[in-house]
Amino acid sequence: METLDPSPAVSDEVKCTTCYMCACRCGIRVHLKDGQVRYIEGNRDHPVNRGVLCAKGSAGIMQHLSPARLRKPLKRVGPRGSGQFEEIEWDEALAIAGGWLAEVRANDPRKLAFFTGRDQSQALTGWWAQAYGTPNYAAHGGFCSVNMAAAGLYTLGGSFWEFGEADFARAKLFLMFGVAEDHDSNPIKIGLSTLKENGGHFISVNPVRTGYSAVANEWVPVRPGTDGAFVLALVHEMLRGRHIDLDFLAAYTNAPWLLVDAPGEADHGLFARDAAGKPLVADATGTLHPWDAPGVAPSLTASVALADGRRAKPVFVLLAETYLDEKYSADAAATVTGIPAERIRAIAARIARVAFEETITVETPWTDWRGVRHERFTGRPVSFHAMRGISAHANGFQTCRALHLLQMLVGAIDGPGTWRYKSPYPRPTPPPIRPGGKLGETGPNTPLPRPPLGFPMGPDDLLIDEAGRALRLDKAYSWDAPVAAHGLMHLVIRNAWAGDPYPVELLFMYMANMAWNSAMNSAGTIRMLTDTHPDGSYKIPRIIYADAYASETVSYADLVLPDTTYLERYDAISLLDRPIGNAEGPGDAMRHPVVKPDRDVRPFQDVLLDLGARLGLPGLVKEDGSPKFPGGYADYITNHERAPGVGPLAGWRGADGSKAGKGEPNQGQLARYISNGGFWKMHLPEDALFMKFANKAYLDHAVAMGFMAKPEPIVLQLYVEPLQRFRLAAMGHGQKQPPDHLRARIIACLDPLPVWYLPFEGTAVPDAAFPLNAVTQRPAAMYHSWGSQNAWLRQIHGENRLYVNRGTGLALGIADDDWVHVTSHHGRITVQVRLMEGVEANTVWTWNAIGKRAGAWALDPRAPEAMRGFLLNHLISEHLPEADGGGGHLNADPVTGQAAWYDLRVRLEKATIAPDATEPAFATLPSPPGVAAPKGPLRFGAAFGRSPENREKRR
Amino acid sequence: MTCLPSSPSGKRLGLVIDLDTCVGCHACAVACKEWNAGGHSAPLTDTDPYGADPTGVWFNRIHSFEAGDGPAGRTVHFPKSCLHCDEPACVTVCPTGASYKRAEDGIVLVNPDTCIGCKLCSWACPYGAREYDEDEGVMKKCTLCVDRIENQNIPEIDRVPACVSTCPSHARHYGDLGDPASAVSQLVAARGGFDLMPELGYRPVNKYLPPRPREAPAPAPVARVEEGGLPGFLGWVDRVLSR
Repeated sequence: METLDPSPAVSDEVKCTTCYMCACRCGIRVHLKDGQVRYIEGNRDHPVNRGVLCAKGSAGIMQHLSPARLRKPLKRVGPRGSGQFEEIEWDEALAIAGGWLAEVRANDPRKLAFFTGRDQSQALTGWWAQAYGTPNYAAHGGFCSVNMAAAGLYTLGGSFWEFGEADFARAKLFLMFGVAEDHDSNPIKIGLSTLKENGGHFISVNPVRTGYSAVANEWVPVRPGTDGAFVLALVHEMLRGRHIDLDFLAAYTNAPWLLVDAPGEADHGLFARDAAGKPLVADATGTLHPWDAPGVAPSLTASVALADGRRAKPVFVLLAETYLDEKYSADAAATVTGIPAERIRAIAARIARVAFEETITVETPWTDWRGVRHERFTGRPVSFHAMRGISAHANGFQTCRALHLLQMLVGAIDGPGTWRYKSPYPRPTPPPIRPGGKLGETGPNTPLPRPPLGFPMGPDDLLIDEAGRALRLDKAYSWDAPVAAHGLMHLVIRNAWAGDPYPVELLFMYMANMAWNSAMNSAGTIRMLTDTHPDGSYKIPRIIYADAYASETVSYADLVLPDTTYLERYDAISLLDRPIGNAEGPGDAMRHPVVKPDRDVRPFQDVLLDLGARLGLPGLVKEDGSPKFPGGYADYITNHERAPGVGPLAGWRGADGSKAGKGEPNQGQLARYISNGGFWKMHLPEDALFMKFANKAYLDHAVAMGFMAKPEPIVLQLYVEPLQRFRLAAMGHGQKQPPDHLRARIIACLDPLPVWYLPFEGTAVPDAAFPLNAVTQRPAAMYHSWGSQNAWLRQIHGENRLYVNRGTGLALGIADDDWVHVTSHHGRITVQVRLMEGVEANTVWTWNAIGKRAGAWALDPRAPEAMRGFLLNHLISEHLPEADGGGGHLNADPVTGQAAWYDLRVRLEKATIAPDATEPAFATLPSPPGVAAPKGPLRFGAAFGRSPENREKRR
Repeated sequence: MTCLPSSPSGKRLGLVIDLDTCVGCHACAVACKEWNAGGHSAPLTDTDPYGADPTGVWFNRIHSFEAGDGPAGRTVHFPKSCLHCDEPACVTVCPTGASYKRAEDGIVLVNPDTCIGCKLCSWACPYGAREYDEDEGVMKKCTLCVDRIENQNIPEIDRVPACVSTCPSHARHYGDLGDPASAVSQLVAARGGFDLMPELGYRPVNKYLPPRPREAPAPAPVARVEEGGLPGFLGWVDRVLSR
């Protein structure tokens, strides 16, 4: 027996801030003892995680203490990739970076490519790029979520994941597509638990049965890239069974809007409009009205003659003609998706039953934008959620649109129990921002007139030259990717290397591991970063990289700017970017330094503001040329105004902190956030909680808060007219014409009604040669994190296997633990197999980004991450194989340019000789100066707890 | 050898783990490690943390495996830690008295000052729930956060084991399983909670809740639709909207 103190001291102090171990933005309580981080737990008061915390969040201590942390600015002194650096002072580092940036800006600002990764300060970085004057800016959304974001914003004015969430507390049926254990993490886990506690039914559509799928009532193993065919079969069944909410469609969507029906003409398929430009509807008598005319009862079925004699028909008629076709039957979908037709019909029947026979109400009267009072909110309690498994396919935009179509048909948008907007969404469909950087909008020392990223409405908004060629380095907003709302980060290095469409002078990246797991074609990317002209100069002349850790990409930089950890910095989780709001109301959050860095490092945002001031960028200097934000990022967060009264943080604005949303800067704002646990949250009025797109109380609130300019309704877009404008161009109409090799694809894929087509890689390579789909997913304990140097997380996932369906493996003569060659049209890797039951028979998969390059991240070169971990990235190409017909088609979604890395097709062959390590292997990277893992055991906590030394002291 | 309490209080503190909602995310395992690294059994040493063979002391580990074939097949995420048995062979086998079961609440603990690192207890435990600290030469294990559950320095609501506090899918519950009226006992009764390997006779206190039945009633078939193709469909639309 022993005598124990039941109440040992836990900590001297608790500081509340925001986690940054993934993209969830949970609130954390950091316990400090003797000035050291002792313990991190979830913040119970925080709206995102409500007290819980995932594996990554709890392992934040190990991230904060990682030996891979960079210690001082570095200047390259050997060849690129050699890892030979010397430490320099910040003055020198900033002088070098500032000099390079100034030179490029004075010549041609487009020659700066500024790309960030999983950066949560895009409101700052995008604004900085605009002030600098380069259109070549984006973050990692182009290979992550842009299909979901763009499809949602053009359709609903919100989206799955970032701008919407399932109403888990009220839903009776929840369908999840292509989400393994991620996007998002804690809110979905909390929600699934709530749903199941309430007896709700959970259907997971996913080729792999892990994570969330493991606890689903129904696991639906779909073939990768065919979800759209499945969803449109559900649409067909809903129409055929007449399980659709006609009142919802007539009142809140563009179903009644009239389409010009004049095949071959330049406005075929555009909305018929009145002289003021308003889309028209017809009433039951065939009389035309502006869609928002008072008292109009629009027909969904009346095809009419327009004033000029031409015919027009409602969107709804086109929709019914399209999806009632047997082409969309469950039987047709079964052959494509691998899901039996009877199962598709059963799922459709379940959706119909819950939506129309298990309706729920919230007894709060509300008024719609027309002024009509409703006695209650009525909900069709079917919720949907989707993410990467939909997004990372070349048909992801349209598949996501198909899901939104299904939601709209059954009236399950922002009602009780449905998918609901996270405030401050909805926004207009799409938000009224057009990308800056058109011809004539860039020039020496000139800012862009608009932000670099936006939402084109048609060919006139593209960033192309007179010949139709891309003006952006990554070809975003060109005919290759007209709605590239997040840019195409995956093409930046390749295009900079190739000088396609033009070479750049300076590549400036932050927090993006492009020389490894964030690149398609990682080995090729490494070659491009080091490739030289005949004279020995680098094809990418200068590279600046900012990171907190010794990642693979550090070795390829000419100048390294060391960042802090997330516990050592300020940040704004801003309404101007991707805040922490939820369906119940808007919110935002911040980080603040809870401990001081013990290294000579600076927060990247401080550095960016410093560089901007050195360059004299507008908004970053005062009239006398001195820095506008001498106090760094905290100063900027407090005092920057994007529009009068609108700043990075919405809470406690106004001189005395009494205003929310809009108000003059408050010098005490950050202190108020800190004392409130690091976040601000507003609860919407009860009558504004649902139907926000048409709810007068909500729309008025949004205007008062500065979220929207006018209290106008957001009409849900079954039919996305901007897509038709691109198609009409591809049909030969208008001045702006796509190149011939893209015409057929634009016509087929930019359909203004959701459409499904086979992913391109699957059509470009023969099935017989590459019979299997290969996908990845992040494990819950590493989702979106930089985890592999983390002493604790790497014990959970330190290596990865290729998971193969047991029956498929047996048929190929492959047993558990065998090594196999995995071959795609682009490359080959050799890895070890694990057989399993819970994976669709034609699919192989692995955990993403576990594999590390030997020597990186301060790990032993023989670490399991390097010896037995691997990446599928080596098999993935930026372009489709030429068998496709040539023309250099991107391996990307043709609407958004989203990297189609889940379209990968492979074959497996058993390796006759098991290698010592996974292949390909790369030369070991030396650690940068000052970076080395300590030898010996890690005894974290010994200083705090009842360790041998502390017990000894007490004796 | 070590004796069990001669007059246990009847209080049986332990965990109830819900296999219906556990998604295998490892949140509990890491929160446990984080809390306990600086607690009763500090540290939870990691050997070779950045090397070729990183291993460490974890009081709670998640085992993921598949069971069953075809439609009956499932992926199981199974968190496992000390079950604080009523008949703990790990205690009775201990030659020094270092392993002991508390009379007042049934928690099984190891006194690091008297543990000689002989590992007999880890051989005796049928659940593999003991964790040997190679560096210190001492056996360690789940303490049920004994330094947390009655700790007056933290808010009352937080006085639960770290794994319970952090679990995002609410799959972990803590309480007195000796009290039939407790919330955890009620939960076990309602959900058919079970003992792990009861046939071995160690009478574990911790309980597991089985997955809820997954087969929901078959949905009603899609309504038979009168023929009529597109015109018939649009006619129905007009009829509905003109009600």
